[in-house]
Amino acid sequence: MDIVLQQLVNGLTLGSVYGLIAIGYTMVYGIIGMINFAHGDVYMVSAYITAIAIALLTFFGIESFPIIIIGTLFLTVAVTGVYGWAIERIAYRPLRNSSRLSVLISAIGMSLILQNYVQLSQGANQQGVPTLLTGAIRFTVGDGFVQITYMKLLILFISFLGMGVLTYVIQKTKLGRMCRATQQDRKMASILGIDTDKVISTVFVIGAMMAALAGVLITLDYGAFDFYVGFIIGIKAFTAAVLGGIGSLPGAMLGGLILGLSEALFAGLISSDYKDVFSFSLLVLILIVRPSGLLGKPEVEKV
Amino acid sequence: MSNTVVKRTLLSLAIAGAATVAQADVVIGVAGPHTGAYAAFGEQLWKGAEKAAADINASGGINGEMIKLVKADDACEPKQAVSVANRLVDSDDAVAVVGHFCSSSSIPASKIYEEAGVLMVTPASTNPTLTDQGLPNVFRVCGRDDQQGDVAASYIIDQLGAKRVAVIHDKDTYGKGLADAMKATLNAYGTKEVMYEGLTRGEKDFNALITKIRSVDADVVYFGGLHSEAGPLVRQLREQGSKAIFMSGDGIVSDEFVSVAGSPEYIDGVLMTFGADPTSYAAGKTVVQGFRDSGYEPEGYTLYSYTAMQVVVEALSKNDLDPIKGAEWLKSNSVSTAMGKKSFDEKGDLTISDYVMYEWDAEGKYSQVN
Repeated sequence: MDIVLQQLVNGLTLGSVYGLIAIGYTMVYGIIGMINFAHGDVYMVSAYITAIAIALLTFFGIESFPIIIIGTLFLTVAVTGVYGWAIERIAYRPLRNSSRLSVLISAIGMSLILQNYVQLSQGANQQGVPTLLTGAIRFTVGDGFVQITYMKLLILFISFLGMGVLTYVIQKTKLGRMCRATQQDRKMASILGIDTDKVISTVFVIGAMMAALAGVLITLDYGAFDFYVGFIIGIKAFTAAVLGGIGSLPGAMLGGLILGLSEALFAGLISSDYKDVFSFSLLVLILIVRPSGLLGKPEVEKV
Repeated sequence: MSNTVVKRTLLSLAIAGAATVAQADVVIGVAGPHTGAYAAFGEQLWKGAEKAAADINASGGINGEMIKLVKADDACEPKQAVSVANRLVDSDDAVAVVGHFCSSSSIPASKIYEEAGVLMVTPASTNPTLTDQGLPNVFRVCGRDDQQGDVAASYIIDQLGAKRVAVIHDKDTYGKGLADAMKATLNAYGTKEVMYEGLTRGEKDFNALITKIRSVDADVVYFGGLHSEAGPLVRQLREQGSKAIFMSGDGIVSDEFVSVAGSPEYIDGVLMTFGADPTSYAAGKTVVQGFRDSGYEPEGYTLYSYTAMQVVVEALSKNDLDPIKGAEWLKSNSVSTAMGKKSFDEKGDLTISDYVMYEWDAEGKYSQVN
């Protein structure tokens, strides 16, 4: 019993992080119909910015954990947002009216550029950040126990908060209405006076910011990262986005949680060698039954 | 104006380039992960080889000819290892190679060196397959994983008296090979492992696996793999409140293990098998001192790399720079190196291996267990 509960906790934290990154894939796909392959690397960049932010804050003599974490979150989310904006401006906007394939290749190129840029400027070695938040709560369950570190609780809290705020922004604010209108029909939205280029930029910035949230949380939790760290997690988050229905915001979050939970439960109860095989089989099965993902809307062919 | 400056710079660059080529008499490749997650090991390899080459060149080179080193980056990936091996033999005209680091890179690359008649001495690849292939040109100055696994398994049974051993590996040639070797000896002693599973290289979240380790109530966790996975693994093990002893092989012998684990407290008490302290040989005193004087502590495989370079140079100088004759010569002669006298058997393995157990402490240093 304690083991299953512990695996649920493991899966939930992992899944919420997948969900945060999946938001970037799904929103970009929703609005311009492209898969942003550089998104995993935006996450990777945010891990480096996290380390730089922590170093800066401690350099200025700040030692209390809440101030460091809030400062780091703020700095990293802001700087990574700028990266998201710049990437869209440099690699995607000039190709706005060309075929989908060109943008896709541009995205792959951007991903390689980011990896090599970080490798050259920050070194190829593994980097680490010191543990800032230690300690855990332990629940006794039957003969065993479930142990959750404070860091894991913080991950859960911040990622659900982030998703909540984003959902509010998209559903209730003017900015959100503009995003949704552009997603539904870009031409019509621009006729009605929405600056769609600006909206697309905003979506990239939001996606990068969500990835930065995940970057800060994971970097603080695992402590180690390198310039290649965005690859695997990017693929997982992309899978989560497809699983939940690409283009759908709640779908990305749901997909992330399902993927995280299924990985943790399968690795924990059956075998960790084949956990990825299981996750991807699950994806295939869901796509067979629901080709547009769990919460995705089937694309209507316009005649 | 600025145009002439550019032209001049280009010209001087071209001259400088020509000059380095003209000086290069004996080209020796140093192949390893110089970039990527395992670049710390590539640096150990490079530092060792670079110093050996500099020392040898300073005392007259190989029969009067200077050594020129070529850095070849395989990123510890088999595919890239094959392409850099081809580059070394085709366009760099290397006669010998010190490397590679990862067994999964050394094995495919060794066949290319064999075809090209290039002498290969690896300082660090311990997977048995490398020399069991029967290639005449392949040597190693480190031990084999079956020897390493033996030492680990005997220690678990005799010294720790552990009954419940979880075996984890990274599904790579080196990691799985080492874990399997340890498991085989463990089973031969009559102890069956309570768990045997692989993890994915490059991932950082092993919490699900660790909960499973907790559920089988393991006393000892044995990990076959490298420090970039071992660090998060041991950290998350402690974070989930497990007190199981963590043991691994020579894949974690780098200072980076500490930073990857986040803090030295997590690695306190981690056990590791590695060759007897390479800095302790009387023959290598001046070399070790030389490294320390230049501000570099020759950790991990640095001295192995130095030794591999000495073996290469000795084989070439005794055989008129012919790598094929040199390889034959090595099998019947011994070489004095910074790590004592080294002699090789028919396969290219060392005749004597010297694995011992080390323990990491709360300061992030390791020392031999007595």
